[in-house]
Amino acid sequence: MPRLAALLPAVLLAGLAPAWAEVPAERAAALEHMVIQDCGSCHGLTMKGGLGRPLTADALVHADPDVLALIILDGIPGTAMPPWRPLLTEDEALWIAEYLKSKEPSP
Amino acid sequence: MKRPLAALLALMLVTTAPSGWAMDSAIATGDLGLVIERATGSLLVVDRSDRAAIGRVEGLGDLSHASMTYSPDERFAYVFGRDGGLSKVDMLTRQVVARTIQAGNSIGGAISDDGRLVAVSNYEPGGVKVFDADTLELLADIPAAGKTIGLVDVPGRRFAWTVWDTGEVFLGDFAGETPAITLLGNAGINPFDAVLTDDAHTYLIGLFGEKGVTAFDLWDETPEPMKFLKDYGKTSDDLPVYKMPHLQGWAFTEGQFALPAVGQHEILWVDRESLQETGRTKVHGQPVFIIAQPASPYVWVNFATPLNDVVQVIDSRTREVVETLTPGKAILHMEFAPRGAEVWISSRDDNRVLIYDTRSREKLAEIEADAPSGIFFTARAHRTGL
Repeated sequence: MPRLAALLPAVLLAGLAPAWAEVPAERAAALEHMVIQDCGSCHGLTMKGGLGRPLTADALVHADPDVLALIILDGIPGTAMPPWRPLLTEDEALWIAEYLKSKEPSP
Repeated sequence: MKRPLAALLALMLVTTAPSGWAMDSAIATGDLGLVIERATGSLLVVDRSDRAAIGRVEGLGDLSHASMTYSPDERFAYVFGRDGGLSKVDMLTRQVVARTIQAGNSIGGAISDDGRLVAVSNYEPGGVKVFDADTLELLADIPAAGKTIGLVDVPGRRFAWTVWDTGEVFLGDFAGETPAITLLGNAGINPFDAVLTDDAHTYLIGLFGEKGVTAFDLWDETPEPMKFLKDYGKTSDDLPVYKMPHLQGWAFTEGQFALPAVGQHEILWVDRESLQETGRTKVHGQPVFIIAQPASPYVWVNFATPLNDVVQVIDSRTREVVETLTPGKAILHMEFAPRGAEVWISSRDDNRVLIYDTRSREKLAEIEADAPSGIFFTARAHRTGL
C-alpha cells in the first residue's frame, strides 16, 4: 500500500501540531535554541522573566499568538524589547508565539 | 585562610573525589576559576596554569544571567543566579556549601571590601539584600521601587546601586550597626547597567531610555549627578539591541573610558577627566563587553547576536581595530589572566572555552564546557568594583 505509507507521516505530523505555523524541522530546532538562549538573556532560560516579562505558557494563557508574533517582529517601542523582523520571517515569529504558549513549565 | 589547617586537612580527607576528576591532597586556588554553564546550571572548575577543567559543581539553578564574586582568601565563590539563588561554592571541595533562594529573580551581586558582606541586586521583588558572607544569613533588606541594576562594592563596607524603573541611585553604608542608605540622585530614564572605576572614584551609569551617561564622584562627600555624552544611547532610529551591553567590562585605559554605543555598532571614547568624547571606533556589531587587556593598550570586544561569532581587538592609542578573530559560535564572555598574558573566551554554541595568547593572538588551547557563558578567575577577589 504505497499510497497509505506515504500519507502516514503527514497525517502524524498534522496530528501533532495542527495549527502551528509551517517551519521546517531544522529551522524549528534553531528557533527553539534561539528562544531559550537569546530570548532567555532577558526573559530567563526558563522564561520566568528578567529585565523582560515572564513568557511562560501560564503568563501567556490569554495572549493571542498573532499579537505575540507582531510584538516579536516589531518590538515594543520605549522598552528594551527589540524588533526581531530583521532576523525572523512572519511564520517563524508565529511559530515562536505558539511554541511559548504550549511550552511545558520548567521544574 | 580562616579555617585552622588541621580542620581543613580533615575536611579534605573525608571528602571523596567526584569520579573522573583528580583531587590531589593540596590545592591552591590562586590560578583557578569557574565557568558558568548556563543551560545546565552548573559550574566548571578550571585551572589556569594547566589550561584544563578540573571539576564541576552542579545544582546552581537557573544561570541564564549569572555572575559571581570571590571571598578574599579565594576559597569561596558567591554565585548569583537568575532565579534569585545565592550559592556559596567551596573551590577546594567543589561543593555548594550554602544556598538560599533570596528573591524571585535577581541580576548580580558584590562582596564588601572586607569580605564580610555579600550583597545581591534583585529584579523581583526589586531591591538589595545583604548577607553574612560566612553563613548567608540575611542582615539587611533594602526594598526599591523597581528592578535594581549596577550593584557595586564601594570601599568602607559600602555598596552603590541604581533602579531601572525610577533612575534613582543609592549608596548604602553597612559599616555601622544599622545600614545608612543615601539617595545620591537621579541618573535618568531606564539606566541599564552601571560600573565603578578601578580607583573607586567614579560610578558610571549607562542609560537606555534617554541619551547620555551619568557619573557620580564617589570621592566627594555629597556627589552630584553629572550627565555627559548627551548624544549617547538609543533612539528609535537606532539599530535594534539584541543583547544589553554590560558595563562591568567598560574599559578604563590610556586616560579614557571605552564605552559600548547602544543601538550603534561603535565604541565611544571619553576622556576620563573632562568627560568629553574624544573619538569613535566602528566595530563589527553591537558591543556587549569591552574589556581592557591588563598591562597593555588594548581592549577586546564581543558582540550581540546575530553577530556574536567575532571578537575584535582595538588599540586605545589609535582607537583602531588591530585584530578581528572568529573564535567560535556565540561568544559570550572574555576573561583575562590577571597579568594579561592570556584571554579565555567562551563560545556557547561550540560548547568550548578558547584560550588565546594575547601577544601572538594565537589560540593556545580549548576546554570543553556545556554552553559556557561567564568566566571568572579567582583573582577577581582582589579587585574593587567587580
